Amino acid sequence: MPPIGVDEWVARSGERTEGHAGPLAPVLRRLERIPPWAWLAIAAGAAALFPLLTDSAFALRVGVNALLLAMLALGLNVVVGWAGLLDLGYIAFYGFGAYAFALVSSDQLGEDGVHLPAWISIPAIMVAAAVLGLLLGLPSRRLVGDYLAIVTLFFGQVFVELVVNLDRVRLPGADEPISLTGGPNGIPGVDPISVLGTEIITPRGYFYLLLVLTVLLMAGLHLLDRSRTGRAWRAVREDALAASFMTIPVNGVKLMAFAFGAAIAALAGSVFAAVQAGVFPQSFETPFLILIYAALILGGAGSIAGAVLGAVVVSVTLELLRDPDQASVLFYGVVLLTLVARLRPWKLLAAVLGATVALGLVTHGAAGAISPDLTAGEPALGGWTGGALDAWLVLPENAATAGNWAFVALVCGVLATTLLAPRLRPLAIVPLVYVAAFAWEARLVGQPAITRQLLLGALLVVMMTWRAHGLLGSRRVEVL
Amino acid sequence: MDFFVQQVVNGLTLGGVYALIALGYSLVYGVLKLLNFAHGDVYMVGAFIGFGVLTAFGGPASLAAPVPLVLLAMFVAAALGSGVLGVVIERFAYRPLRDATRIAPLITALGVSFFLQNAVLLLLGADVRTYDTSAFIPVTTAVDVGPLSISLVRILVIVAAAALMVALARLVGRTKLGRAMRAVAFDREAAQMMGVDIDRTIVATFFIGSALAGVAGVLVGLVFLQVSHLMGFIAGLKGFTAAVIGGIGSVPGAMLGGLLIGMAESFTAAYISSTFQNLIVFGILITVMLVRPVGLLGTPELNKV
Repeated sequence: MPPIGVDEWVARSGERTEGHAGPLAPVLRRLERIPPWAWLAIAAGAAALFPLLTDSAFALRVGVNALLLAMLALGLNVVVGWAGLLDLGYIAFYGFGAYAFALVSSDQLGEDGVHLPAWISIPAIMVAAAVLGLLLGLPSRRLVGDYLAIVTLFFGQVFVELVVNLDRVRLPGADEPISLTGGPNGIPGVDPISVLGTEIITPRGYFYLLLVLTVLLMAGLHLLDRSRTGRAWRAVREDALAASFMTIPVNGVKLMAFAFGAAIAALAGSVFAAVQAGVFPQSFETPFLILIYAALILGGAGSIAGAVLGAVVVSVTLELLRDPDQASVLFYGVVLLTLVARLRPWKLLAAVLGATVALGLVTHGAAGAISPDLTAGEPALGGWTGGALDAWLVLPENAATAGNWAFVALVCGVLATTLLAPRLRPLAIVPLVYVAAFAWEARLVGQPAITRQLLLGALLVVMMTWRAHGLLGSRRVEVL
Repeated sequence: MDFFVQQVVNGLTLGGVYALIALGYSLVYGVLKLLNFAHGDVYMVGAFIGFGVLTAFGGPASLAAPVPLVLLAMFVAAALGSGVLGVVIERFAYRPLRDATRIAPLITALGVSFFLQNAVLLLLGADVRTYDTSAFIPVTTAVDVGPLSISLVRILVIVAAAALMVALARLVGRTKLGRAMRAVAFDREAAQMMGVDIDRTIVATFFIGSALAGVAGVLVGLVFLQVSHLMGFIAGLKGFTAAVIGGIGSVPGAMLGGLLIGMAESFTAAYISSTFQNLIVFGILITVMLVRPVGLLGTPELNKV
C-alpha cells in the first residue's frame, strides 16, 4: 500500500513505465522498436512457409482451423476488447455467415439451387451480418453491460433453435413446405470458393486464402484501432459517461462495434462453410463460443497480435490433446515447466522435484508390496518416459472411479493451496503433482473431449485472476 | 376450462422453480453487481445431489426410510451442497476480481459455468438420470379441486417454493443479515465504513442464493424427473430473465418474474407450440427491457459520478 495521501495509481506509475531489466534488456528494447507492419510481415511469412513443410492433410486442417479461430478472435476483439461490450451472441453471426453462404452456394433453395460467385455473396453476407449486428445492438442503447450480455446470449440460443427448427417452412404461395436450413442435418454440398477463376478445394488452398484474409484483417484492424473510431471505442469502454461528455456518440459507437464484429464473424463463417463443404447446427453452439473467448482472453483482449496468438495456441493445443501420447507429453511438460518457472531458488525446485520422485517411488513400492493389482495399469505414454512413469505412479487397471476422486481431490487441493501462506505452498505441491498425474492417467487422458472443455473453462478463470490482460494485452486499470 | 386451469398449475410449478433460481441471481447481483453465469450449474449440481441422496436411500422403488424423511434429506443435502459450492466459487473465482474491470468477473463466471458442466460430465457421465418420483409418491395421491386433480408433487413444489420465498423475504427485510445485505447492495464502501463485514455478508448471500438453487434443482427433479449435466444452462438463463423482468436486485420482483416466465412458457407450450417456448421467453425479455429497463418492480439507479 502506498503511504497515506498518495494515490495508488500515482504511487505505482514507476512500475508501469519502467523499462526492461536484466541481461536481455538491450535485445528486448531493440525488439520493441520493430514497427508493427514488420512483425506482421515476419509472422505472415513464417505462416506461409508452414504448408510447404508438411504434406499431411490433418496438419493443414489444423492450420485452417487455427486461422478461422484467429479471424473470429479478431472480430470478437473489436466488440469485447476495444468497445468493452460482452457479446455472448457472437457465435450467431459466425453461424449466420456460414448458413447464408451455404444457402446461396448450394442446391438448397429452389429447383437447381442458387450458386452465386463468392466475390459477390461474401461481401453481401458481411453487410447483412453488420445490419443484423446493428439490430442486435439496438437494445444496448438502453442496456448497460450485464443486460446486454444476457440479451446477446439469448440471441445465440435463438439462432441455434431457429436453425434446427426451420426445416419445414411454408412460404406464402408455395404448396409444399420447404427445408430452409436442413434442420439438424444441416446443408450439405456447399460450393467451394473460387478465386480468379480457380476453385479452391484443397486444405492448402484454404490455408493460403485464410492467411491472406487474416493478414488483411489484421492490417485493417490496426488502422481502425488508431482511427477516431478506435479511440472512441476505448473511451466508451473506459467510461461511457465521460466519453459522452467528450461529445462521443456513445450509442452509435457501440452499435458500430457490434456491426464490425458481426461482419468479421460472418466472413469467417462463409469461409468455414466452404472449407467444410457444408454447415451443421452443432458447429454454432456455446462450447465453440467459449473457445473463441478462451483464445481472445489467453492472447489478451484489446491486442490484435494477442487475439491471433491466442487462437493459434488454443487450437493447436486442443488438437494435440486428441492423441493420448502427445497429450501426455504436453501435460507433463506443462506441469514441469510451471514448476520450473514458479519455484525459486533452484534449491527449492530441486527439493520439490526430488520429494515428488521419492514420494512416487515409496508409494509405488508400498502399493506393489500390498497387492500387485494396484500397479497393474499402464500409463498412456510409451517409450522410456512411460516406463519411468509406470515405476513411479500407483495405477491400477480400470481406475476410473479412483480417477474421479483424484480429480475432485486435485481441484480441491489446488484451490486450498492458493490459500496457503507462500512458504508452505511447496509442501502442498508435492502431493498435488502426484494426484494430478494419477487423475490424468486414470481418467482425463481417456476422455480427451471432456478434458479439452475442462481446460478451456479453467483457462478462463485462471487467466482472469492471474493475468487478466492475457499474454500480449496491455494492463488496464479501471478508475472507479 | 380444465385444460386452462391445468396450464395455470403447470405455470405455477415452473414459475416457482424459476423464481427460486431468479432469487439467487437477484441476491448475488444486488450485492456484487455480478451476473453469476455459474448459478444455473449450481442448480444442476443440486439436482444431482438430490438424486445421489435418493439413490443412497435405496433408490426410488425401494426406499429404506419414510418418504417425507427422504425428501427432507434430499432438500437439506442439496441446499447444503449447493450452498457450499456457491461459497467456494465466490471465494476462489470472484473475490480475487472484486476490484477488477467490470468485464473480468463475467468472463470468469462463464469459465466457472463451463468447468462445472464438464466436471459433472467427467464424474457422472452423459447419461440422463431419472428421479422416478411416481415410484415413491404415487400419481394416484392427487388432490381433487373441483373437476381438477393436482398431483401431490406439484403441490409440494408450489408450497415449497412459496414457503422459501416468504422466508427469504423475511430474512432480507427483517434480520440483521438482511439489513447488511441491503446495505452492501446499496453502497459497498459506505456499508464497510458503517462496520458491516463485507466478506461475511457476500459469503452469506452466495450461500443462501446457491442453496435456493439447489432446492430448485431437487424440485425440478421431482416434477420433471430427468436431470443431466446440461440442464443448468437454459434454466439459469431463464432464471436470470425472470430476475431481470422483475427488476434485478428486488426480491418480490424475482418472484413475479419467475411466475411470469413460468406461465408464459406453459401457455406457449399448450396453445402455440413447444418449439417456440424459448423464443417467447426471449421476446418477453426484450420487450420488458426496451419498455422498462429496470424491470417491473425495480427502481432506476442514479448514475453516480
